[in-house]
Formats: sequence, C-alpha cells, structure tokens
Amino acid sequence: MTTDFTLTCPIPLSDYPNVTLAHGGGGRLMHNLIDKLFAATFARQAVGAQHDGAVFTASAGRMAFTTDSYVVQPIFFPGGDIGTLAVNGTVNDLAMCGARPLYLSVGLILEEGLPMQSLWRIAQSIASAADAAGVQVITGDTKVVDKGKGDGIFINTAGVGVLTHDLNISPLAVRPDDAVILSGDIGRHGIAIMAAREGLSFESTIESDCAPLADSVLALLDAGIDVHCLRDLTRGGLASALVEIASAGGVQVAVDEAIIPVNEDVRGACEILGLDPLYVANEGRYVAFVPPHQAQAACAIMGDSACIIGHVQSGAGRVVMRSVIGADRLIDMLSGEQLPRIC
Amino acid sequence: MKYIDEYRDAAQARRLAAAIADVTTRQWTLMEVCGGQTHAIVKFGIDALLPPQINLLHGPGCPVCVTPVSLIDKAVALAGHPDVILTSFGDMMRVPGTTGDLFSAKAAGGDVRMVYSPLDAVQIAADNPHKQIVFFAVGFETTAPANAMAVYQAAQRGLHNFSLLVSHVLVPPAIETILSSPDNRVQGFLAAGHVCAVVGYEEYEPLAARYRVPFVVTGFEPLDILHGVYMCVKQLEEGRAEVENQYARCVRREGNMPARRLVDDVFTVVSRQWRGIGHIAGSGLALRPAYADFDAERRFGLAAETVEQVGACISGLILQGIRKPAQCPAFGRECTPERPLGATMVSSEGACAAYYRYRRLETQEES
Repeated sequence: MTTDFTLTCPIPLSDYPNVTLAHGGGGRLMHNLIDKLFAATFARQAVGAQHDGAVFTASAGRMAFTTDSYVVQPIFFPGGDIGTLAVNGTVNDLAMCGARPLYLSVGLILEEGLPMQSLWRIAQSIASAADAAGVQVITGDTKVVDKGKGDGIFINTAGVGVLTHDLNISPLAVRPDDAVILSGDIGRHGIAIMAAREGLSFESTIESDCAPLADSVLALLDAGIDVHCLRDLTRGGLASALVEIASAGGVQVAVDEAIIPVNEDVRGACEILGLDPLYVANEGRYVAFVPPHQAQAACAIMGDSACIIGHVQSGAGRVVMRSVIGADRLIDMLSGEQLPRIC
Repeated sequence: MKYIDEYRDAAQARRLAAAIADVTTRQWTLMEVCGGQTHAIVKFGIDALLPPQINLLHGPGCPVCVTPVSLIDKAVALAGHPDVILTSFGDMMRVPGTTGDLFSAKAAGGDVRMVYSPLDAVQIAADNPHKQIVFFAVGFETTAPANAMAVYQAAQRGLHNFSLLVSHVLVPPAIETILSSPDNRVQGFLAAGHVCAVVGYEEYEPLAARYRVPFVVTGFEPLDILHGVYMCVKQLEEGRAEVENQYARCVRREGNMPARRLVDDVFTVVSRQWRGIGHIAGSGLALRPAYADFDAERRFGLAAETVEQVGACISGLILQGIRKPAQCPAFGRECTPERPLGATMVSSEGACAAYYRYRRLETQEES
C-alpha cells in the first residue's frame, strides 16, 4: 500500500474549513478544490481530471462494467471509511465477474458544511484503497447540496475491468456437487457500523472487514480453478448471497452452520442484539462455487481463514442449513433489514 | 463462546433427545410461552429432534405480536406530532397499525428513533429539552424493570419532557386464559426463563395445582429447551403437576427482588387488550397515579380506542395453541412478512413469521 500522501489538507482551513455551496458552483472555488485536493491526491492516476472525460485504451476481448453508490453513516468507522468502501465495493463487484479491475470513476455529492478535513481524509482513503486494489481513478465529479439535503457525503463509483479467461462465472454455471467456499469470518462490517452508529461498545473494537477481493479471485483464476460462481457478501450477508445463487441457479445449496466462522466479538454482539450473523453485512468476504476436486486447492489459495462450508445438490432453488445441534432448516431471504429484538 | 457453546452442543442435544424419547410413552402437547423460545425452536430445528408423540405449540409469548393495533395507532399518531421524538425498540418499527407502521411515520417526516434501552430515551429527553420524548414501552415482565427505571430516573432528574406509551402485559393471566378455554389442548408449559428471572415462579404454583398441569421454567438455548421438554414430559408421564426450574442458573423462586420492588413502585396491574385474543383481566401494567405525569396517553389526550383486526387472520387461535401456522389458509399466500395480515406474522418472534422464515417450503409441502 502506498503511504506517501500528504497528511495535511492543501485547502487553507482558515479560508474554508467547511465545504460551501460555492465549491460545487463551477467557478474558481470549485477549480481550486479540484486542483488542490483531488488532482493532488490522484496525481498518479487521474488521467482525465482536467477534461470532461477520461480516454483510455481498451484491450480486445470481454470487459466488465459496474456501478454502486455509498451512503454509509457514520462516514468514518473502525476499519475504514466511506472512501475505502466506495473503492473496494466496486472493485469487488468487478472481481466477482472474474474481471481484473482497471479504472474507476468517483462521483461525490457533498453536503454544505462538510468539514474540509473530512473530505481530505476521504480523498486520501480513496487514493490508498485504489492503490491497494491496483485500480486507477481516471474521472470524477463533485456536486454540493444545501445543508440538510445530504448526509455529509454520498459517493458513487463506477468501474471497468477486463476478463482474461473464458469462464462464464454465474449462478447458471453452478453444478451439483460443487463445493461452496467462504473466504473468511462473517458479519464484521455490519456490527462495526452498528456499534459506531449506535454508540455500542464491546470489550474490544470490532473492525470492518472492508477489503479488496480482486487479488484473491485472480489468484484462483490464474491457478486454473474452474470457478463456477462468485458472490461478494454485502448487505443481506451470507444468507442472502446463497439464496440468490440457489434461486438463480435452480439448485439446492446445503451448508453447515458449525463450520461458518464468526469472530467471537461479532457473535457476542449478535447474541446481545438478537441478530443472526448469517444476515449481517460484510465488505471483504466472498463465496466461491468450484468443482469438488478443486475445492481444497481453491480453499488454500483463498487464504488461511477460508473454509468449505457446504456443497451443491440437485433440487429446488433453496438453501438448507444443518444447525449446530444437527437439525436441518431452510435459509430464507429477509424481507427487510434485521431489527434488534425486544428481549 | 463461553456460556453459549456449552448449550448448543450437538452430541448433548442428541443424548437429551434420546432421553426424551425414552420417557415418552404417549402423545403429549406442550406449549412454550416466550417468543425467544419459539425463535430458538425453529431456528435450531429443535422440534425435528423430538419424538413424533411430542407436539410443541407456540403460545402468546411475543410482546410485539400481542400489542393491540390501537396502541400502534397511538404510537404512529404521536410520531407525526412535530414536537415529539418517538423512541422504540427495533422490532416494533415494522408492526402495522390501521394506517401504517413506525417506519412509514418516519418516512413521512416523523422523528422516530430506534433505541436499545429505555434509558437511552431518557438521555434523549435530557439532550432535547424543547422536545417531548415518548418511549413505546412494550413487553412482558422481562422489560418492565428497565422501563420502570426509565420513569424513575426521569422523575429523579426532573425531566418533564419524557413519557411512556405503556403496553405492558403479564404472562400468568394469559396462561390462565388458555387453560380455562374449552378448546385448550395444552398439557404442560415451558415457562419463559427471562420472565421468571424477574418475577420468579411462585405465581405458577397455584396454576399448576388448579389446572393439574406441569410447568418447567426453561431457558433459551437448544439444550435448555430440550432439557425443559424432558422435565415436562417426565412429570406428565409420572402423573405430576409441579413447577420445576430448569433455568436455575438465572432464576430463583422469588425472582429478582430489587427489580420487582421497582416495577411495583412505578406500575400497577390493570386489564389489557391482547392483539388477537381480546381483553384479559389483570393482564397488564399501567403507571401508578404517582407517575401519571409520565403517561403519554394522558399527556397527549390519546384515549380513543380503534377497532381491532378482523378478517382472514387466525392469530388469536395460533397464540392460544389451537392452530399451527401452516393450518391457516392465508399462511404464506395472502399473509407473508412483507404483507402481514396479523399479529403473529409481524415480528420475528411471532410463530407465523418464524415458521415462514425457517420452514416455508416444508409447511407449504405439508399443507
């Protein structure tokens, strides 16, 4: 990870300690913000910063393109901030297509009054996360909305990536007997955000798992693993990802609750709040569906905390889980957000 | 995790299930009276481990489910008041009233905040002296001490902008309603461990004697519930009808005396309406006259009752153990967690919602 960024904000704080409407007004102040804050931050990357768009050379063959918007509150949380999330989320969506992420756009909607120092920290996070994920931020946009009409900052990122293999990675490629591999422990991002948002404190700080997944996925592909399907676990958690794949692929997915890793602090928080970690959000975990004979090799590539949590069976599009006491039950998608229970 | 994993051990669960099968010689119908237990039974698949002669019914143990529509309407109305910050536990947010739920009230501009403790609501009152803070005080005996403490602290701190919208209900009168019904099928009860941790289990002793039914105070983990079932079946097989305590690590016969004193100081027993069941005498709590200033219904003049639900929903029969969710013609069809027709589908602790979430295909295949 590159760490040679400037630690202080280049916009003189005495002049503008907070974002004003004028910073999005198209005049000198906006250009000042772009030149001093964004262009300086993305100097190595922003080939299109001074133009209406970025021009780049595309390779021949298949490409992947995705977009996502980020509205997290609080904007800074243990283990990351909205900037790291905005890069990793889009990088991970490209990675789940089996693509090598190349370029990102970053659109910022700033609320009048956002501390300039916060914007600077977020820009630095975007640059660091992009470096870590091996992508370039090549174009962007900034708008400012009236105070009270935003939530500090909203970010949209879009990403382009290239596919260097000829696999069709999709739920439709999932086959009976495929192994289901989970890349690590679940639920840390959701609990970290909830703890920060609600002022809940636990014995130790639970940090978000926010991380780029492209290197891990590309390592699987480079090793010749016949990857059938990939899905990063975001809102809705592991349960929703498995239900989506089972349903779209028309297969039954059977998993074993006892094998699914959950960090002790996350488990404790879930027990206290009456939440099921299967449905809690993640930002740096994924599941891979691979042929059974390649499961061990894939698991080794995905890292020390990866584990085979189940397998695919022929049958209706549903997910069955063996509970810790050995009884089978269905896993369904939630109708909305999980809500803490009364008692 | 300590104090959790010990009670979720698969080998122990199989041993207990085998012990239950060993003592069972005929059909028995048991009821648990706590939404947390219902949730655990379906989540862990505990009923799948039981011998087929044991029929588990799910009683009126979900406070969200039994809160009457009229109270939810009052909460929604208060949330629309420009001076009010309406605070509530999370799972009340999605419960539909006549015109909408608290999430809709929030979307319409109301200041509705989810809190984790009523004491957080007291602090919101201290931090917002020009606003009226109302806490939606829902629950059984379990949540009553914390709600009583909120009122007590607000009084001590002189916070006159804090009030409770009270919808507290009590378990033993509901059990007596079930036992005295001519349709009753329940032969033994798993009493709710958390309720008994607060109020003890002396109140169950006259019920056990009068109706000749065993009660086992039971915890919430899979091994607790299996052990509770074992103790209850053993009593039935031996012809006993006693109150036994499976959850001795948390529950004493007299309960938690400081908590009981506080509840008794702040609240008084009144009749309450139960959603899906109706009025039950002496089945709820209301603020005592000394704390009447903290009563939101009085402060905002909310007296009018609205009409209770009618139509296809059979949640009243489900709450009393007369029907199971899959026996309702609307279950999983007109009635889903997204569009609940009644009480037991609205909360994750409700029997219908728990069945829908964890066993939807099986129940559809059965019916």
